[in-house]
Amino acid sequence: MKEYKTDVLIVGGGPAGLSAAAEAAGAGAEVMVAEGDLHLGGQLVKQSHKFFGSKDEFAGTRGFEIAKILKNEISQYGGRVKTFLDTTVSGYYPDEGAATLMTGEEEYFRVYPRKVVVASGAQERLIPFPNNDIPGVYGAGAVQTLMNVYGVVPGKRVLMIGAGNIGLIVSYQLMQAGVEVAAVVEGMPRVGGYWVHAAKIRRLGIPILLRHSVKRAIGDVFVTGAEITEVDERFNPVGSPTEIECDTICLAVGLAPSGELLWQAGCEMKYVPNLCGHVPYRDRYMRTSNRDVWMAGDVSGIEEASAAMIEGRIAGLAAAESLGYKVKAEKFEIFWARLKNLRAGEVGDKIRAGVAQVVVDGWEAK
Amino acid sequence: MNAPAVFESGVLTEERPGAVRPPADLWKGKKGGLVIVECPQRIPCNPCNTSCPVGAIIAFKDINDVPAIDYPKCTGCAMCVAKCPGLACFVADLTFGDGVALMKLPYEMLPVPAKGDRVKCLGRTGDAVCDGTVENVTEPHRDRTRVVHVSIPAEKVNDVRAIRVV
Repeated sequence: MKEYKTDVLIVGGGPAGLSAAAEAAGAGAEVMVAEGDLHLGGQLVKQSHKFFGSKDEFAGTRGFEIAKILKNEISQYGGRVKTFLDTTVSGYYPDEGAATLMTGEEEYFRVYPRKVVVASGAQERLIPFPNNDIPGVYGAGAVQTLMNVYGVVPGKRVLMIGAGNIGLIVSYQLMQAGVEVAAVVEGMPRVGGYWVHAAKIRRLGIPILLRHSVKRAIGDVFVTGAEITEVDERFNPVGSPTEIECDTICLAVGLAPSGELLWQAGCEMKYVPNLCGHVPYRDRYMRTSNRDVWMAGDVSGIEEASAAMIEGRIAGLAAAESLGYKVKAEKFEIFWARLKNLRAGEVGDKIRAGVAQVVVDGWEAK
Repeated sequence: MNAPAVFESGVLTEERPGAVRPPADLWKGKKGGLVIVECPQRIPCNPCNTSCPVGAIIAFKDINDVPAIDYPKCTGCAMCVAKCPGLACFVADLTFGDGVALMKLPYEMLPVPAKGDRVKCLGRTGDAVCDGTVENVTEPHRDRTRVVHVSIPAEKVNDVRAIRVV
């Protein structure tokens, strides 16, 4: 079996991983990025909308363009950043300091990294309802991949479940692709995503049905409709259900951090509902309780890509610094300030409260 | 649905901080028009300010602040209309003609209309408010967000927020 050594192994080539790679390599470290997909950029490559934030987070730039900017940034470090596509990190063994990787389905190899940054992202949640296993029921990520990576529309008329940013943005993208969106259904009494994203699709005529939930998918061999119902504060159905005609039901009901490697690395984890699942305790440098392991992006708690990119920079820089590479200490101050700004608004309340539950003063202090 | 619930679903029902109409006196005589921003939620975002060439969108103390506008400075250039990731900036020029206003609206759909086309003008819930005539289509930042200049009956400027090509 092939074996490699590297300063920093970065698990995941999305916004957090690429940002970590840029900072670690910029500080002088040798970096390996393992990406399970066939291309770098993670979810950014599917994002055709313009990003929020400030210029530092590429505000006003479309997500897939940001992926290109990050790829260009790491390419300037030449051989110092090695990227492995179609490559999954299947295990991490802290006792040996070894990670096992697999390219495609045949080629297995081992990497002995001095430090690891886990930026493995998240997995979509699905909700149970009768008939949800028939063709035509999709996760929002799959719809985006079909449309924005492969240029295939998922159907002609879509019912969107969930009015978080993903549900709202994907509804807009469906409209752009010429697909009708019958409605967006949301269990809460308000949209979970940015109000302006909701306004954007409302003025195109898409209804957003708050306090509603999907009851079942209708159809024998594929989706021909959905039954939805109004719900009360406890999400119990109220009144009689309504039938919506559609050939696609798109679930945008949230994400859960993909922390499997962190569990395996022995990182202390905690279930934090505000961060959407089990996430590791971390210090301000994004270091976990395993002194060789940092993390960034959705695996640390579900948040916007703009925050993931800053966390990635912090983690990459800190991992390089721990190896003795010289870094400018003020860079951390700048990144922390940017992160604080991003989280300062009302949408950031939930994130701030979540992070407060898992942030430690410093592992030495603990 | 009551007004608060309508607002929570993404429809502006009344003026509120971050979503106010320009001052009427200045607005009616301002050639080029004035910006209307409908961004009532505190979110971390400031490209309206950074894209404004004349400083009419006041610099944010906190990036989460809702936009505030220095109306006398606004030229109606629509740079913010084309830059805002939330498509929440619009321009209305009340001097365009007798009883006719020119609206500059963000547009990211297909097909792209051409000058002279008649289009449906949509309100905040997608309802067809009136017909309009496309006077110009620009792409200020060369990033495929178009700004469609459409002439409409002046009394509809507070209602029209999008177009549909028919």
